[in-house]
Amino acid sequence: MKREKDFKFILVDILLIIGIILPIVCGMVLDVLTSPAVDGVNITGARIYFTINMPIQDFPITEAQINSAIVVISLLFLCLFLTHGIKEKPDSIRQHIAEYIVEKTDSLVHDNMGRYFMSFAPFIAAIMGISLLSSLLSLVGLFPPTSDINIIAGWSILVFFIITHYKMKCGPLYYLKGLTEPIVLLTPLNILGEVSTPISMAFRHYGNVLSGSVISVLITAALQGLSQKLLGWIPGTLGQFPLLQIGLPAVLSIYFDVFSSCLQAFIFAMLTMLNISTAFPQEDYLARQRRKAEKRRIRNAGKMISTN
Amino acid sequence: MELAIGIILGCCALGAGIAMIAGIGPGIGEGNAVSKACEAIGRQPESKGAVTSTMIMGCAIAETTGIYALVIAILLIFVAPNIFVNVLLRAIGK
Repeated sequence: MKREKDFKFILVDILLIIGIILPIVCGMVLDVLTSPAVDGVNITGARIYFTINMPIQDFPITEAQINSAIVVISLLFLCLFLTHGIKEKPDSIRQHIAEYIVEKTDSLVHDNMGRYFMSFAPFIAAIMGISLLSSLLSLVGLFPPTSDINIIAGWSILVFFIITHYKMKCGPLYYLKGLTEPIVLLTPLNILGEVSTPISMAFRHYGNVLSGSVISVLITAALQGLSQKLLGWIPGTLGQFPLLQIGLPAVLSIYFDVFSSCLQAFIFAMLTMLNISTAFPQEDYLARQRRKAEKRRIRNAGKMISTN
Repeated sequence: MELAIGIILGCCALGAGIAMIAGIGPGIGEGNAVSKACEAIGRQPESKGAVTSTMIMGCAIAETTGIYALVIAILLIFVAPNIFVNVLLRAIGK
């Protein structure tokens, strides 16, 4: 009986691992099948796979969108895998890993946003995970979705809406009054400051990832030229083979891909937390709640008197 | 005709180079931040974790202007020449 259960458990495990790996493999196959043959420096944006015809504007499906969907599916199966078969008393490594991630995110949110925003922990963890996996996708040779401005602009517009929502917690009039805060003359600058938050968040992440990939491509091309200059006198295919390209770009990739990706994911999540928590006027909100409660009490008391 | 295209390409390259002058500011700013963080860690070695994470955060924010310049430079080198040359050709009527 127990054995059969174990067999089922292992089967589900294997299916989940396949669910993690299969989207990435599909993406790689798609990339290999559709990539045009070029040599040397090739820096382009995301390739367009196909275009859906729409009434107002055509809707291109690009590599970045497909790859971010791949990241989302992989992350979903990774979460399912980590939380598969969790017990009250953890006895497996994966449950320790899952609990470590949850505890770290909780403490990060608690330290940076305060107790009121504890429900934001899953959102922050999701942003961090998607950003990290998207940037790390360049390690398997796929186009990282974070080096396309459209993807990150989507995230930062989402964050912008959350920020504005929390600024409007005390009512839209309070928000509009806050725009004219020191003096009325500064209103255009304040509006500019509002709009520049998502733009700066998007460009920071995008610029870092893009610069890393551009520098990697340039250095790879330069090494090819250098190896042809140095070793071109060797007859046969050995002279044409770019020997210097072996190994050296990998060392750079440790900084540009691994370290920079982790840092940018952390910074994006950190800025999201700080922006949201500073946008919320907590004391004014509490005062307003208290005022409202008082008004309601007075009105209720008046009703009671009138009915009596 | 060739002269006009040459001027466009040259000016794009020059503009990219001039845009990267903005790299000076973040360099100085991040250097200041890191030096102060090193001093703070030297004074209080037990607060290393907090100081380091705050420093990385500040460095990332200070880096922003440099990143803007970099994005503009990359656009000027890889994207702008095509667009400008196309605009020129359309203006001439070719």
